[in-house]
Amino acid sequence: MLELSILWPSLLNGLTTGAVYALIALGLTLIYGVLHIINFAHGAALMMALYGVYFLQKSLGIDPYVSIVVMVPAMFAAGYLAYRYVIGVAGHGKDENILLVTLGVAIVLENLALFLWKSDTRTIDTAYTFTTVPLGSAMIALPKLVAFGGAAAAAGVLLLIMRTTDLGRAIRACAKERQGARLVGIDVEHVFAMSFGIGLACLGAAACFLLPAYYVNPLVGNGFVLIAFTIVVLGGMGSFAGALLGGLLIGVVESVGSLWLGESLGQMGIFLIFIAVLLFRPQGLFGARA
Amino acid sequence: MNSNKKRRQFLINTTALAATAALPLGLRAQANTIKVGVLHPVTGFLAYSGNLSRLGAQMAIDDINKAGGIKALGGAKLQAVLGDAQSKPEIGAAEVEKMNEQGVSAIVGAYASAICLATTQAAAKYNIPHVVDVGVADQIVERGLKNTFRFAPGYKVCADTAMNHLVLLNNLARKPAKSVLIVHEESLFGTGTANLLASQLPHLGFEVKEVIKHANPTRDFNNIVLRVKAANPDIVIPANYYNEYALFVRTMKQQNVAPKAIYSVLGGAASSYKFVKEFSDAANGVLDVNHWFNPKDKRAWALKKRVDALKDQFFTYEVYLNYAAMHLLADAIERAKSTKREDITNALAGSTWDKHFMPYGPTKFVNGQNQGAQPLMMQVLKNDIKVVLPNTFAETEPVFPWKA
Repeated sequence: MLELSILWPSLLNGLTTGAVYALIALGLTLIYGVLHIINFAHGAALMMALYGVYFLQKSLGIDPYVSIVVMVPAMFAAGYLAYRYVIGVAGHGKDENILLVTLGVAIVLENLALFLWKSDTRTIDTAYTFTTVPLGSAMIALPKLVAFGGAAAAAGVLLLIMRTTDLGRAIRACAKERQGARLVGIDVEHVFAMSFGIGLACLGAAACFLLPAYYVNPLVGNGFVLIAFTIVVLGGMGSFAGALLGGLLIGVVESVGSLWLGESLGQMGIFLIFIAVLLFRPQGLFGARA
Repeated sequence: MNSNKKRRQFLINTTALAATAALPLGLRAQANTIKVGVLHPVTGFLAYSGNLSRLGAQMAIDDINKAGGIKALGGAKLQAVLGDAQSKPEIGAAEVEKMNEQGVSAIVGAYASAICLATTQAAAKYNIPHVVDVGVADQIVERGLKNTFRFAPGYKVCADTAMNHLVLLNNLARKPAKSVLIVHEESLFGTGTANLLASQLPHLGFEVKEVIKHANPTRDFNNIVLRVKAANPDIVIPANYYNEYALFVRTMKQQNVAPKAIYSVLGGAASSYKFVKEFSDAANGVLDVNHWFNPKDKRAWALKKRVDALKDQFFTYEVYLNYAAMHLLADAIERAKSTKREDITNALAGSTWDKHFMPYGPTKFVNGQNQGAQPLMMQVLKNDIKVVLPNTFAETEPVFPWKA
């Protein structure tokens, strides 16, 4: 039943979706790697970013791809300030507190969205929403291709920042050894806030790539964040390469799985992988042994 | 001591004054207005249909009030008590509780099957008569609830009609179609309709290649369309709500999947002027067995004109089924000569109302279902929707098989 003619398009679909998953997971894994907390507000932040893109398009007529120049700095600032003045302060330096604060922020944001914008599922229509590009025997929707390229570029920029800039080195130092970093004069609180900001900036970019082919409602983040957690665990907590490959892999598994088993059962593959990784390689594909 | 006594006396006086002031107001309100619950999913994934439903109900209330209200009750006006089910059954039921406390005499709503199932049951607790506007799942009227009345047909009647028409069409064209594939949404309406079709179609000589379920909302139909492509059925039968329907049919077009017919059962979009206007190339040729007005009745076209004149509104079955349901209720209140819930329920049960423009004939309720209710079959031809079957209501001949 599974002919090549439909397996190939499904594979491409999975890769393009997976790239966006990877971008979301990159933010999550960065925050985990540096702060050693799971950011429970990640899904809610993505939802807010999607609303941002939505309203920029609806009220100001800004194309979702153009709004990257607004959304990435805006989400970065939101992340930086949220860590500096809410999460970091309320956490009192304890990881488990910070965890709970992010959970609280998520609940507040979701209900705020519900209050402000109701439970409506909103979409935008662009001229290119239904444009397709032939790739071999497959017809791939243009927004998905753009999302793939955009996510890859954003991941590249992030890797470059981490490898070559002072900020990147400081972030990596804080991730490895907090006290040591403090001793050599790194402003650790600032670096933490920067990491949180960059993590959310990834979401700003992801939202711009996502919305032309997706929708937004107050609970839209939940579906993504569960998948992003799986990717982070799969790739190895805190590993960028792991998040990238994990994202693509999960995208393909989801797409091909749902082709085979149906839309609902297809999701099963993702969680089978999750369980298998936890059982046989708990440090993840690229994670160092703890 | 003295000042305390004064204060108490003042309180007694003012309370009494407030009470006497409030009393005539309350009485007057009772004499001149009749509260009617208008309950729909106006937010959430069904918001599009819910808002159109509300529009239809409100237009009916305006018309009834303008025409002099309920004459048997001294021209009492209908007053809408609006409710939002947020596209969730449990919230629909909670809205019924609120409406009960606000003293509604009856409820009209609540569009989706799953929501109607919850709201009719909640209304039954308080004996509130509940006119179901759309809610096609037959369980809604099969639970012995005395308060529940459905004016429009259920999905069993619609699926039976659809299958009869399909056999008829196929025979007329010398049987070009041998296989079907069903794509349906996951809730009560889609699943129920799909089950009915999948169990009956093999007996009528059609192979059911696959039955594919999808979630609400779904924003990517690529995988489903790929499965359709692989199965290569002669006929694709979608049963889902507007957004998903539109996306599914457009994705089929995009992926160059062109079956001999897209044959919707209560498809929600092929009988939608919005879809035809916005995506005419994807819509042309689509067949749909669905709720539809009698195209030979001038009153329907007059109402369509009024709705078309509104900004961003379309004359869909949500609008006119609610318009009709509210008039049906008004007729019952008129004959009951009472705002009491039991009296209205009894009047509805004995209803023989025929001043509507649906192809149903006079109403006759058996166990809450209007016996004459039936769907029509439409086809999108040259960017317009035409009734093609049955012959008594047909405006033109159906085109089958469709050549894209």
